[in-house]
Amino acid sequence: MTIQFNDETFRDDYTFRNSDWAIRRFPFPFHEDSYMYSVNMEQHRGGPAGSVFEKRFDVDEHYISEMRDRALVLAEDPLRCQSLPHMNLAGWDLLELIMVSKSEDYPDLFELHRKGDKWRWVNKPLGMDDTFTFMDDASLPYGPMEYITRQAQGDFAVLDQRENNLWMDAGMVTTQADWSLDFDIGMNFFEWHAPVPLAHEMGVFKRALKFLLNIQQGGPARRLNWTMTVNPLLDTSPENYHKWGVQKTTLTPENIGRKQHLRVELQTFYRLPRSNALVFPIRCYLIALDDLVTMPKWGRRLHRVIRDLPDELATYKGFINNRPLILDYLAQYDDGKPTSPGIWPDPDREPPLEK
Amino acid sequence: MSRFTFPPSIHSRPVYGTLSPRKGSGHLMIADAEGAEALLGLARADAALMASAHVIFIPRDTGNRYVTQLQAAAPAVLHIGASYDASVPRIRRVLADTVMGAQIYLAGTEGLIGQAMNEALNAGIPLAAIQTEHRGSVARRVQCVHCKGITEDVTTDPFTCSHCGLNLFVRDHYSRRLAAFQGVCIDAEDPGNVPPPVELYS
Repeated sequence: MTIQFNDETFRDDYTFRNSDWAIRRFPFPFHEDSYMYSVNMEQHRGGPAGSVFEKRFDVDEHYISEMRDRALVLAEDPLRCQSLPHMNLAGWDLLELIMVSKSEDYPDLFELHRKGDKWRWVNKPLGMDDTFTFMDDASLPYGPMEYITRQAQGDFAVLDQRENNLWMDAGMVTTQADWSLDFDIGMNFFEWHAPVPLAHEMGVFKRALKFLLNIQQGGPARRLNWTMTVNPLLDTSPENYHKWGVQKTTLTPENIGRKQHLRVELQTFYRLPRSNALVFPIRCYLIALDDLVTMPKWGRRLHRVIRDLPDELATYKGFINNRPLILDYLAQYDDGKPTSPGIWPDPDREPPLEK
Repeated sequence: MSRFTFPPSIHSRPVYGTLSPRKGSGHLMIADAEGAEALLGLARADAALMASAHVIFIPRDTGNRYVTQLQAAAPAVLHIGASYDASVPRIRRVLADTVMGAQIYLAGTEGLIGQAMNEALNAGIPLAAIQTEHRGSVARRVQCVHCKGITEDVTTDPFTCSHCGLNLFVRDHYSRRLAAFQGVCIDAEDPGNVPPPVELYS
């Protein structure tokens, strides 16, 4: 299908909206009626047609507006994009991976023409047609990682692999769930995850690291993660928390369905060929509760997950104070009926709400 | 007693050991304030070590309390620094001269250990050749995540950022690159509601 790109904002007047298409393909993260941490990795080798898993780097109706929001964040704070000096090669690897993937997966939107190291990149949605020399920094207006991630939705952490660990040595981070690249850059896998409660004790990070260290070229992996965000604010950064934190106190029973969003990260992991680095794209999808509950299965399930979530997780994810209000809202959409296994909404098979 | 037992914490938070004499092609010792006691401990454990030691000591508020004792330990070189910042050019110069197999000993406050550790790593010293021992003040060096300014010697939680004036709580999350803990606005969700500061670890 041809994507109709939205003209919308993720700040101030928050005109962000999901179309019916975007709602149906939303990556709902709960495969059952409860949630606990796990190393929920699977191979990233496509998925059902039209789903966010189908392409290597999903492009949706929010693409142009998300890239505009990223440019605004970077103008305010260039430290959101950083690369330690030894990561430049990985930046070129990433540029190649995204250009090749997008031009193959979306030939009507992106074109890549290569003659030796002379490359021409056409990005139709953003109106770009650039010619440059592959591996020559001076031929691009930004470093290679910054250049290409200004044109790709989601955050990107580029991880160096050494000493049997992964090191967060480069990244483009403007749509983050409250973590700071500027603070975490240079940290290893255990250090940057240090603030996460419970998961260390469960051995989750040791198992996850072992899995990630063994990811091979051509064998990418993926998982989903989630949190809750008031207003469709992409830039929930610690840097700006003193500005956006107060928005969490604006929920009322009247506005919660429109303001409270489920925030889902589609995390993917690719081995890069020249640098042997691992790139970790973290793609953020937002959905208002009012839209989410149009799928009866999701309304029932989200109520049960949020209700039964341990306090430590609700605190870490930043919605412990709003949980009662969220539960009052969601309870209206839970009639106690069983839900089918798996994340898909199954709108044709799931019974309508009986309340 | 200048030693403090830090409570168990998260993975990014540094842990410190106890300095012990090691064989090495040279010995660089950097300490501030009560950190001198750890160096004097080294000298007692192995007096010969000091004959090839370059010592950089920043007394801070200890005045001359340790200077005479350090002189008596007879290190090859003893430099008394006026402050950490004032000592940085010298530290860099000495690290640049350090040969393969040299040992680095860092002792004193977390701010000194973290910053000197960075200098050593940036100079190419392997982590395995660096020992640390915390002594003295438990004050922390904290970066404001909002304005990026670093406030030295933070002793209370919350505290006021010395750069932007926000009220910050002190996280245990620590960046070795910045040699600093992270400070985050405490009243973002309820502006003006700032709990009274309490001493760290109290």
